[in-house]
Amino acid sequence: MCTDCGCGPSGHHHHHSPAEQSPGRALRVEEDLLAKNNRFAAANRRLFREKGLLVYNLVSSPGSGKTTLLERTLTELQSELHFAVLEGDQQTSNDAERIAATGVPAVQINTGSGCHLDAHMIGHGMENFAELPLDIVMIENVGNLVCPAAFDLGEDAKIALLSVTEGEDKPLKYPDMFRAADILILTKVDLLPYLRFDIEQCKAFARQVNPRLRIFELSCQNGAGLPCWYDWLRQEIAAKRSLVRDDGR
Amino acid sequence: MHELGLTQHLIEIAERVARENGATQVRAVKVEIGALAGVVPESVEFCFDVCSRGTLLEGSRLEILFIPGRGRCYDCQAECTLDTYTVTCPECGGFSLERLQGKELRVVEVEVD
Ligand SMILES: Nc1nc2c(ncn2[C@@H]2O[C@H](COP(=O)(O)OP(=O)(O)O)[C@@H](O)[C@H]2O)c(=O)[nH]1
Ligand SMILES: [Mg+2]
Ligand SMILES: [Zn+2]
Repeated sequence: MCTDCGCGPSGHHHHHSPAEQSPGRALRVEEDLLAKNNRFAAANRRLFREKGLLVYNLVSSPGSGKTTLLERTLTELQSELHFAVLEGDQQTSNDAERIAATGVPAVQINTGSGCHLDAHMIGHGMENFAELPLDIVMIENVGNLVCPAAFDLGEDAKIALLSVTEGEDKPLKYPDMFRAADILILTKVDLLPYLRFDIEQCKAFARQVNPRLRIFELSCQNGAGLPCWYDWLRQEIAAKRSLVRDDGR
Repeated sequence: MHELGLTQHLIEIAERVARENGATQVRAVKVEIGALAGVVPESVEFCFDVCSRGTLLEGSRLEILFIPGRGRCYDCQAECTLDTYTVTCPECGGFSLERLQGKELRVVEVEVD
């Protein structure tokens, strides 16, 4: 359903006034509606590759803990890795300010009525970091489990976050997103004792939708699972660096 | 929700094609929308009414060709119909389904005066 337009899945059909009877000229085209975004995404990917950057696109519903995980990760890893963050929200620069408070450069992108970041916005966002030596760029997408799935930003991978308060069947309800992601992070596991959330069931659902998913479980409240996540980031950056070295030869 | 932006883009494409061909008015646009494209056809229709006002497409007809999803199972090779919520092969219950058809989201024809 489209909240922008307010129309529902009622199956109604709009009737557009039929033009005059004389035959018009039919022009064949073959143009993908996502082609424009995909061209910008390809340009971003070239830029990321030239700079040897590792880029992740964090997607989830609002409140799953994306900004909190970034704050925690940046605080603990910025002494060993150079980060920058692109923050997407419909309004306010609150999240960019939260990130900037950790000392990591952050730029807010407001999408207004837009429900997702697109590759064009990311290209411009990156201009702010042109002079910086960077290892990892984290993109926090607009909180939305539907629309960001369709838009390639040129990232290495989409990371989906799902907090344990959201219900274990979300991967089945929003399969597009869990299919588009390579990594799933189950957040707020410190709350498990207070909930009826079957974490194994949730992981099984997620793997049904996407057998390739790598899954992390963590809490930014008590720190559980964070070392595992940090180690994985370190491994990924090491892999990226050796790839860049091979490229250079 | 992203139907609004996609519909605006659809209109841009049709207007460009019309202008390139010296036309001053678009009568109809044909688009293919696949069952797995993550787009609600009714939303596109609604957005089209609103977004086409004041463009070469004002008053034109939007034809949506809905493409059903098709997939093939990596385990047993059976082909099946797919929608977004299909997660298992109806033949063997396997979880690895390749998407053969249904991701389409494109303008295929513009009819002009
Ligand atoms: N208990 C608990 N709360 C958390 C955790 N991570 C985030 N939160 C809370 O969840 C709320 C939303 O977090 P935020 O990072 O702003 O979510 P975002 O919208 O995805 O960026 C905040 O009140 C956080 O304090 C966690 O690991 N455990
Ligand atoms: Mg946030
Ligand atoms: Zn099968």
